[in-house]
Amino acid sequence: MNEHVATAPADDELEVSLVPEADFARVRFAGDSGDGIQLTGTRFAASAARFGNDLATFPDYPAEIRAPQGTLYGVSAYSLNIGRTEVLTFGDVSDVLVALNPAALKTNLADLKDGGLLIVDESAFIDRNLAKAGYEANPLQDDSLGRYRVLPIDITTRTLDAVAETGLGRKDATRCKNMWTLGLVLWLFERDTDAVADWLQRKFYKTPEVLAANLAALKAGHAWGETAELPPEMRRYHIPKAKLKTGEYRTVTGNETLAWGLYAGARLAGLDLFFGSYPITPASPLLHALSRMKNRGVITFQAEDEIAAVCSAIGASYAGSLGVTASAGPGIALKTEAIGLAISTELPLVVVDVQRGGPSTGLPTKTEQSDLFQAVYGRNGDAPVPVIAASRSSDCFDCAIEAVKIATRYMTPVMLLSDGYIANSAEPWPLPDPSKFAPFPVSFRTDADGFEPFARDPETLARAWAVPGTPGLEHRIGGLEKADITGNVSYDPDNHEHMTRLRVDKIRGIADALPEQRPEVGKPHGRLAVVGWGSTWGATRVAVRRAMAEGIDVAQIHLRHIWPLPKNLGDLLGAYDKILIPELNTGQLAALLRAELGIRPHTLNKVKGQPFKVSEIGAAIRELAAD
Amino acid sequence: MNEIAPTPLKPKDFASDQEVRWCPGCGDYAILKAIQKTLADIGAEPENTVFISGIGCSSRLPYYMATYGFHTIHGRAPAIATGTKLANPELDVWVITGDGDGFSIGGNHMLHVLRRDVDMQILVFNNEVYGLTKGQASPTSRVGMRSPSTPLGSLDGPVNPCVFALAAGARFVARSADTLQKQLSPLLAEAQAHKGASFVEILQNCIIYNDGVFNEVTDKKTAPEHTLILEHGAPMVFGAEREKGLRVKPGGFGVEVVTLGDGIAESDLLVHDETNLDLANHLARLTGPDFPTVLGVLYRVPGESYEARVHEQLDAARTEVEADPHADIDALLHDGPVWRID
Ligand SMILES: Cc1ncc(C[n+]2csc(CCOP(=O)(O)OP(=O)(O)O)c2C)c(N)n1
Ligand code: SF4
Repeated sequence: MNEHVATAPADDELEVSLVPEADFARVRFAGDSGDGIQLTGTRFAASAARFGNDLATFPDYPAEIRAPQGTLYGVSAYSLNIGRTEVLTFGDVSDVLVALNPAALKTNLADLKDGGLLIVDESAFIDRNLAKAGYEANPLQDDSLGRYRVLPIDITTRTLDAVAETGLGRKDATRCKNMWTLGLVLWLFERDTDAVADWLQRKFYKTPEVLAANLAALKAGHAWGETAELPPEMRRYHIPKAKLKTGEYRTVTGNETLAWGLYAGARLAGLDLFFGSYPITPASPLLHALSRMKNRGVITFQAEDEIAAVCSAIGASYAGSLGVTASAGPGIALKTEAIGLAISTELPLVVVDVQRGGPSTGLPTKTEQSDLFQAVYGRNGDAPVPVIAASRSSDCFDCAIEAVKIATRYMTPVMLLSDGYIANSAEPWPLPDPSKFAPFPVSFRTDADGFEPFARDPETLARAWAVPGTPGLEHRIGGLEKADITGNVSYDPDNHEHMTRLRVDKIRGIADALPEQRPEVGKPHGRLAVVGWGSTWGATRVAVRRAMAEGIDVAQIHLRHIWPLPKNLGDLLGAYDKILIPELNTGQLAALLRAELGIRPHTLNKVKGQPFKVSEIGAAIRELAAD
Repeated sequence: MNEIAPTPLKPKDFASDQEVRWCPGCGDYAILKAIQKTLADIGAEPENTVFISGIGCSSRLPYYMATYGFHTIHGRAPAIATGTKLANPELDVWVITGDGDGFSIGGNHMLHVLRRDVDMQILVFNNEVYGLTKGQASPTSRVGMRSPSTPLGSLDGPVNPCVFALAAGARFVARSADTLQKQLSPLLAEAQAHKGASFVEILQNCIIYNDGVFNEVTDKKTAPEHTLILEHGAPMVFGAEREKGLRVKPGGFGVEVVTLGDGIAESDLLVHDETNLDLANHLARLTGPDFPTVLGVLYRVPGESYEARVHEQLDAARTEVEADPHADIDALLHDGPVWRID
């Protein structure tokens, strides 16, 4: 075993490795937004997953749908990291960069490691494109790329040659460039083209000439690698299978698992799922995924705006369905008043926030973690809601089920935080065994005897769910303050304080049912704990495991429950000398923990619309561990 | 147990135990009474009847009903009601809103609930003023209205609720007034019977901030001269002596008021056709002093409502789903490319 390999926290988990190109390799495809880069990346990821690698991906595309060709801001990129060891991030630096035009080269070269393989489409390096990308001279012709192994190929011409027989017009034929490139990269990683070919068959079965052209380009790219007399330094990458747990796998993104988790939660609760939403990046795919589940009885409602979306979900919950709504930061801001209504009327509701760069419209297609304050504090009045954050694509499934459980058990809106990175990045997911999720059937109140709309379950402090249509339970609810028990409108000062405290206590009481917080990796005490939430999970875990392999006393603590916090969190954090909180914001969790637990954490903040690199967290760990 | 035949409910059976707290003399009382009478008349079941309101004086109404009720947030009642009706189409949903609630903050939702055509009754209590926030101009206030927020007179052009509703695609549009009990209650029953979004504008007197704006329409002395009550298939006659009528302008586009006699007979008058959208649009716009305010059902065409279409689509798409939730979730997770690692 490699000496750099850290001891895995559990026997069945993959090792973390420090030996790139032997254990894992990072590839980045970059090109114009019209080049089909996202598709190339996704298909390569799917092939790697099928082959049995662990993998992590990072789609990084511009906000413009069709940015002008060749521009720097029109560059679309897709990174992925495939390994025989655990790879939880797309990788700090690329081993291979495929740049289909000068703009793609310019914007992505900085992340290619020295000695890395650079494949470029030579034919795109013409004066016009070079000028657009701001190159004064053709980088392929001076020695500015001397640090890399450069492989210039006339991909466009080779693609056109390959598909000539299919009779496709030049424009359509050129679009097969991405398949030619994918074919070559598959060859480079010793993979065959079968999985991609299967997928093409399914995708283009209605348009035989497009299918034929794509297949021809894919095969030609692969064959070119096989037959071209490549210089000796162009060695292939040999990344063996990972020792993944046996079982069934599926490549999933966070938005998909979220959709399935919400549905699973509704089924476990015995409820119909109603999803009210309004399109917004990066939450829209959730609406799309749930809209495809009509065959399972899921009602999706594309509302006129976010306010109507959340309101429709509240209306559905009022009528006895599970109301769910989703948006990104700006849309959640609009939903705020209605969430307050659901808090006041104590109706179940799941609110998903797929965070993106802010404030305001901010960076729609980039990731950030800056809605934590909005989720925890962002409402008028004393208006607490439970807040849960998913750490990665597969975790969205469990988090969604948990959100449904809390919403229905405590009769409350629940905020579920995801982000642009989790939403779009893909990972292989060992399918869970559904039977490990215990059903939590909801029982509506039907007994009219002694019914009081705001009487509470002594344990959970939840009121009963009494839905219209039930004889004898006719009652009125609303946003005005309610008298305890009866629910009648009340302006009584003591009652308001009492009700406010009840609502606060109800949400705080959820902590009683939460599992104790434990470190993900490392010991429950020691020199340094890296405390995180959300999508920093992967980079932190890799950084911590690598630091442990270097002998540093460090642990990773990752919070799923942001509000209320796990009850033992204060004690747990107190058992470390130092706390480091990396966040993709200016320090929101750090502020919350300072206020709630009185700790004084070190912070590591990044607000660039990009996920953390392992090296960034690693450097902070080493620095804190050293002094 | 012996089956006991249910005794028909009376209007007072639809009143909750809560004390009604509108200003004495407010038009809302009369509307509340008309609603309670309507529910009794149509034999409504309290458990299946839901009142959903926004915010404003009018929106307090659900508290006074012995049915299900949801007093929500400003302007959003149509959106909440849409979710409720989609989740349970069996419920009879009534939306209670004001002119400010429904056409200022809630204008967008009003537009969409009408164009979607969700089956519910939307009752707009139009007092041409903001009552609850103490008398500011509302989107239906007339130009020149003086209020705390418009001390020199309102400059905004007003919304005509019925015209708005017709433009939004509503298939049932009607108008009445708070004190016209004889007309209002049957109108509400017709709105309730209509499948789809039924829009009813109810002119309502705010005795505190806009007293008497609709006097011409509601005062017994002036009403005959200033109102025209529509009846499908009947000629458009009005006036204290039923001596006036509306007819198509000769050689023109539009209508004019004519006096019967002098060679003008009832047969020359316009006959109301509820299914004529152009006519409805025209009638909805008529105002004094030159024209009577038109009351009754302006427009009604039968059709299928939104939630019915939604559920038809769901039923058509529905495939066999495992009854056991675990098996079903498992099937969902396997619905796509899955592979094994051994
Ligand atoms: C978000 C929000 N903005 C403003 C208000 C204040 N507000 C309450 S009622 C109202 C106007 C109501 O006018 P209208 O709908 O005409 O009802 P009326 O009181 O006249 O029946 C306003 C502005 C509020 N409750 N919520
Ligand atoms: S302010 Fe006007 S609308 Fe409100 S209750 Fe008083 S009279 Fe009625």
